[in-house]
Amino acid sequence: MMPENKSGSAPLKGDEDQSYIPMWLLAELTYACPVQCPYCSNPVQISANRKQELTTEAWIDVLRQARQLGAVQLGFSGGEPLVRSDLAELIREATSLGFYTNLITSAIGLDADKIAAFKEAGLKHIQISFQGSNRESNKKFGGTDSFNHKMEMTREVTRQKIPLGLNFVLHRQNLHQVGEFLETAELLGAEFVELANTQYYGWAKHNQEGLLPSKWQIEDAERVTNEFRRRHKGNMDVFFVSPDYYDDRPKKCSNGWATTFITVTPEGDVLPCHAAKIIPGLDFPNVKQHKLGDIWRSSDLFNKYRGTDWMVEPCASCPEKKIDLGGCRCQALMLTGDARNADPVCSLSPYHDRVTAITDQADGVFDLNEPVPLLFRNMKNAKQFNTDQS
Amino acid sequence: MSSLNLDLDSFAINPHYGFQWEPAQQCHVLLFPEGLVKLSESAAEILRLCQQPTTLEALVDELEQMFPGVEGLESDVREFLNDAREQEWISPA
Repeated sequence: MMPENKSGSAPLKGDEDQSYIPMWLLAELTYACPVQCPYCSNPVQISANRKQELTTEAWIDVLRQARQLGAVQLGFSGGEPLVRSDLAELIREATSLGFYTNLITSAIGLDADKIAAFKEAGLKHIQISFQGSNRESNKKFGGTDSFNHKMEMTREVTRQKIPLGLNFVLHRQNLHQVGEFLETAELLGAEFVELANTQYYGWAKHNQEGLLPSKWQIEDAERVTNEFRRRHKGNMDVFFVSPDYYDDRPKKCSNGWATTFITVTPEGDVLPCHAAKIIPGLDFPNVKQHKLGDIWRSSDLFNKYRGTDWMVEPCASCPEKKIDLGGCRCQALMLTGDARNADPVCSLSPYHDRVTAITDQADGVFDLNEPVPLLFRNMKNAKQFNTDQS
Repeated sequence: MSSLNLDLDSFAINPHYGFQWEPAQQCHVLLFPEGLVKLSESAAEILRLCQQPTTLEALVDELEQMFPGVEGLESDVREFLNDAREQEWISPA
């Protein structure tokens, strides 16, 4: 996952009316993944067939084109990017092009030699995700017995002096473990910790009932996080990403649709946000047919919700429309049926009651011993969503 | 305003950060894990000289030669470096 501008840097978006630069490229190298997180934001229609994946040469061409457009931050993601045997080669190429390279991984498939090879190829940062704060919960939510290996690999990354970030995705069934997550991160010498509440797209949306926390759970986790920050004035930066269902104003979509981020999927589809595939009626241009620059500047997809001209009421006349740009298009679609509507997280949205209905339900009685069953992200479970199994 | 007490004898750009000119943005940027800052011309001018280990004295000397007659240069540089230290753009070297 690609966090938004979390380090207090200047806004990445160009000034108004200035031409936008896709400064962040998210390269989703493969949908293959050994972890089965039920809160994954990948589309539920993932295919086990890897033959459609872009080749090494095609990825290098994508990197070259993106760099020419001004992309400078690069995240290698997936799925699990370590599944790709050409990862070191791609890192090397990206580095030589002038990218700052981030690897976003579960650490499954990682070893000390690979870390050394990636570092030698120019890798600047590794973010390792944990699915739980101990062996048991990590196995329960990730579907793999990988906790000890992750611990070992995080130590190895630190030993090899590559900046380390840890990512813990939070949800109803693990929010009470935030304190343990933070202690683990500190023990491992992480420089950045992201406590990211689940965002409800893809698999996570499917599992929303079992994942969406109650308001008090979030408040409690925020309190624990703040106490930790007060006690430990060390070098570890902690980012707590709250779930927007409990806000009364929406978050900008990816810093503004088609302003800053560009995602390329394993098959070469180009998206303004990694969840955009769920919006019906959109054509997703592909790097096999089009130049990245043409897609960024001229495609219907990228221009569709860029800026504010596309807005309908209440956004169109809203004095705050340039602050949040109407929020998330995917959320608007999922909850109101029309991607042009205001993100219903906004209390000004006529559909806001649909969000409060969901959060009211989440606020209801909760028993950790009888959680709602979760559908795990794996190829077997994906079959039920796939209409075009290739 | 931060106090003027840079606590480093010798320093350089944080080795984990990237400092480079970006043609698309027509400015220098500083890159770090999952983030970047666009640099003003003066910030870039100072950081350019921090690509190798340096000291406050050497830095001010060099800048005074480049911009002769500029008033208050040392305190401006010191203030910037304190900020840069705070944000971990520079580190001991």
